[in-house]
Amino acid sequence: MGLKTFIAGWPVYRQLTGTDPLGRGAAAQSARSAALTARTETADSMARSVCPYCAVGCGQRVFVKDGQVTQIEGDPDSPISRGRLCPKGSASKNLVTSPLRQTTVRYRRPYATEWEDLDLDTAMDMIADRVIAARDATWEDTDEQGRTLNRTLGIASLGGATLDNEENYIIKKLFTALGALQIENQARI
Amino acid sequence: MAEAHPVGFQWVMEAKRRGAKVFHVDPRFTRTSALADTYLPIRAGTDIALLGGIVRYILENELDFREYVLAYTNAATIVSDEFVDTEDLDGLFSGYDPKTFTYGQRSWQYAGHEENSGDRNTHKERETAAGLRHESHGMPVGGQVQRDETLQHPRCVYQLLKRHFSRYTPEMVERTCGIPQAKFLQLARAWTENSGRERTGVLIYSVGWTQHSVGVQYIRTGAIIQLLLGNLGRPGGGVLALRGHASIQGSTDIPTLFNLLPGYLPMPHYTDHTTFTDWVDSIRHPGQKGFWDDARAFGASLLKAYWGDAATPENDFCYGYLPRMTGDHGTYQTVLNMIDGKVKGYFLLGQNPAVGSAHGKAQRLGMANLDWLVVRDLFMIESATFWKNSPEVETGEIVPEECRTEVFFLPAASHVEKEGTFTQTQRLLQWREKALDPPADARSELWFFFHLGRIIREKLAASDQPRDRAVHDLTWDYPTHGDLVEPSAEAVLREINGYEVATGRPLSAFTEAKDDGSTAIGCWIYTGVYADGVNQAARRKPGRDQDWVAAEWGWAWPANRRILYNRASADPDGRPWSERKKYVWWDADRGEWTGYDVPDFEKKKPPTYQPPEGATGVEGLAGDDAFIMQGDGKGWLYVPTGLQDGPMPTHYEPAESPIRNPLYGQQANPTRKVYDNPVNSVNPSPPQAHSDVYPYVFTVSRLTEHHTAGGMSRMVPRLAELQPAMFVEVSPELAGELGLAHLGWAHLVSGRAAIEARVLVTDRLTPLRLDGRVIHQVWLPYHFGREGIVTGDSVNDLFGITLDPNVLIQESKVGTCDIRPGRRPTGPALLELVGDYRRRAGLAGGRPPIVTTEASEREVG
Ligand code: SF4
Repeated sequence: MGLKTFIAGWPVYRQLTGTDPLGRGAAAQSARSAALTARTETADSMARSVCPYCAVGCGQRVFVKDGQVTQIEGDPDSPISRGRLCPKGSASKNLVTSPLRQTTVRYRRPYATEWEDLDLDTAMDMIADRVIAARDATWEDTDEQGRTLNRTLGIASLGGATLDNEENYIIKKLFTALGALQIENQARI
Repeated sequence: MAEAHPVGFQWVMEAKRRGAKVFHVDPRFTRTSALADTYLPIRAGTDIALLGGIVRYILENELDFREYVLAYTNAATIVSDEFVDTEDLDGLFSGYDPKTFTYGQRSWQYAGHEENSGDRNTHKERETAAGLRHESHGMPVGGQVQRDETLQHPRCVYQLLKRHFSRYTPEMVERTCGIPQAKFLQLARAWTENSGRERTGVLIYSVGWTQHSVGVQYIRTGAIIQLLLGNLGRPGGGVLALRGHASIQGSTDIPTLFNLLPGYLPMPHYTDHTTFTDWVDSIRHPGQKGFWDDARAFGASLLKAYWGDAATPENDFCYGYLPRMTGDHGTYQTVLNMIDGKVKGYFLLGQNPAVGSAHGKAQRLGMANLDWLVVRDLFMIESATFWKNSPEVETGEIVPEECRTEVFFLPAASHVEKEGTFTQTQRLLQWREKALDPPADARSELWFFFHLGRIIREKLAASDQPRDRAVHDLTWDYPTHGDLVEPSAEAVLREINGYEVATGRPLSAFTEAKDDGSTAIGCWIYTGVYADGVNQAARRKPGRDQDWVAAEWGWAWPANRRILYNRASADPDGRPWSERKKYVWWDADRGEWTGYDVPDFEKKKPPTYQPPEGATGVEGLAGDDAFIMQGDGKGWLYVPTGLQDGPMPTHYEPAESPIRNPLYGQQANPTRKVYDNPVNSVNPSPPQAHSDVYPYVFTVSRLTEHHTAGGMSRMVPRLAELQPAMFVEVSPELAGELGLAHLGWAHLVSGRAAIEARVLVTDRLTPLRLDGRVIHQVWLPYHFGREGIVTGDSVNDLFGITLDPNVLIQESKVGTCDIRPGRRPTGPALLELVGDYRRRAGLAGGRPPIVTTEASEREVG
């Protein structure tokens, strides 16, 4: 390697003489980093999404390869966030791929000291039975003066602010048809 | 804002770069304070005193934007001569009933309207959080009022306001809030200087204002200032609520809330809303002005969306199927009912009350006394494991082998594993595309509830019980797709938008709603999001290719309007107030309103329009009635009806406070919601004895790196690493006084619990000097719990349950406690410690007095 090539390969020299005076782009690149490809370029697909944390609603681009989320980053098109994400939004990939995520149904019997496994379809069926039973046991047609109540106070629900509008809509619709009133979410907190 | 809504804060920085002055008011110096021009430390729970000081400064110096105030607010309206102010009743308004702790609102009415709301049952309204209904509109009031355009009449709103706030002097602000007068005056000058034709100012708040026993009135005070300065309905103005979850606005609009149906229609009350007509008339308030006149069409269309063919004009659209409220069915009442064994089953949908709600012990004891609990979440949160891992298991109050609650944990799909819309904090809906399927058993809530409903409907198909008809008749035929049999979110969005029943054509605007059953609308304020059969929330024209309003990114309710009440951005004659603040204006040549945004006014109604005598509804709105959802078309400086705790904001001390109210004999909000339940308690405050047992004020908030109760952050390695431990921030002065060592341990004791935290000694907290006395405040993050990668005690365990009377939100931004060096005891010794404090504080029985002024003796009824 000649002296000239050696000096030209030195990042500070490139930073001072080249087009990257702040040393955040070309000047800082090594042979290795020049050969790298961004995960965003090799992804199979990209979905346009929105950060799941606070209500600023920053735009996200979600990159998927081989059935895995490989990158989530800010969407520069968003007039709200202009491509930016805060520490939480930036950790979204870590959220959806966290090793702590529970992906199977868990069941705790009354008086048990440990969890056990349960099949999803069985769980759905058991929950449906319990809703019907709780509703039957606590149903109120009218009060003692004969005024319509048409409800159950035996079933309650909490949560919705992290969910989609479409989800909140059918949650409220189903519970209202079942006569369940005590439906609440984070907006009350 | 820089802490909890960091990316939104970039716009504050943009404004600062262009010359805006940024003021930050907070009990603790934060990352926002560091970037503000001026930081004002404040005693937690005293914001009305500060804001009231600003109102007084405006009125005493006549710095209001007079043209705006006269045209667009109720400043000139004359109030009933029966009204008596807090000035004369030592902190109470006229109409207080010390037996029910509520007001009769007859005397608060506009002159000549005393009969209008005199019979309102405020006890009932408090129980049902009726204030929430008014999120999108004002309370009922007659359209035609007496006015004095000179603002000199002693009973006009302007003069009442002036008198009411006359004692909120800079000295009083200093004595109450601990804010030095010079700093207060700096804020007052900057705020008032940014008012008028050329300039505006914006007010931004978050749950630091709502989570108080007088929270709604904090925001009211902010609104009064913004109306007086002409800062509403104009670009660069507003009272902006920064909300804390991705779609908390959406879950309020399409409410999973007990007292509301979609679009702020009330859940029926068993005596007020007996029939369909009672129900819709209680919303439309026949005789008043404005767009709520169409409530019958909105109500009928909702029921049509729910019950389809079964809902006909002849059967009042199945109105009888709706359940009826009899009182408070809110989350805190429900939890106390769980403890009392009245609730059998509980669903938790992405919420973690064991950590996130006030009085964690009550939450956990409630869950331990259910028949069954269904937890749907991404992670194993504290609310799923309370039976094996909680403070009560440690103390022996919950014994797993004796806890009967059957728990189902069902894994949820994440935001990238399903499609649908979030409504963010500006009322903007944004559609998310799905990136991939959820793993293993994880499913969306859409999937869970659709299939749960399907299975229940199948199981009840043969039933002939009358109560099951509402289930049989429910429209529940959403198309599904894929291996998971996922329902179509787009089909649900289309139903939310609404459609013409005969043709299925999606509606374009809520003005198309009909009361004859020919339209079905899931949430009328969202009509237009699916206009022309196109998912408008999915629009993503890049911001750089649009003007600054960016109207083609997503879709905002109502009608894709980005600034509400934007008629006020033009002067009464319809001309922009100034070239600089031009937004929406009247185009006389074309005879219509136009501008950068969708005008919030009838498009063709000229500014000069005067309603014919006796006109009501939309027709009754004059050409300068900019506040089109209010019954009189005006922005309300004074609220004649609908608020539980008074027509004008008044400083009350928090339910737990170390000092006597400096302004009135009435100590705390006399209408606050309290619960007499043995599990609940309130630490004593003056004038009660023993308030010195809990001498310190604590307040809580968020860290940038965590989210709410930690369920989406303590479980995420990157975020856990950034903020790995529970801590308490303490001023060097207090640390010295108590012998707390930096990075050592301290524990905090309230009447409910004792928790421990690492000590961070920092001058981010300032001891406040009030009347020669020093008040110490400490701050803690509320994200921690016992599960996840990083763990710690939950600060919400320290709080008791006291609620705002208008919306039933708890006071969890301020409480009192004692602080001691070292770690807390464990096991039964922990209960002994808390019990010892309770005995010393006299908390064994009874509750603090609600009324603390003798004025109530004189003024009953
Ligand atoms: S990236 Fe940060 S600021 Fe943006 S929505 Fe997410 S949590 Fe909020």
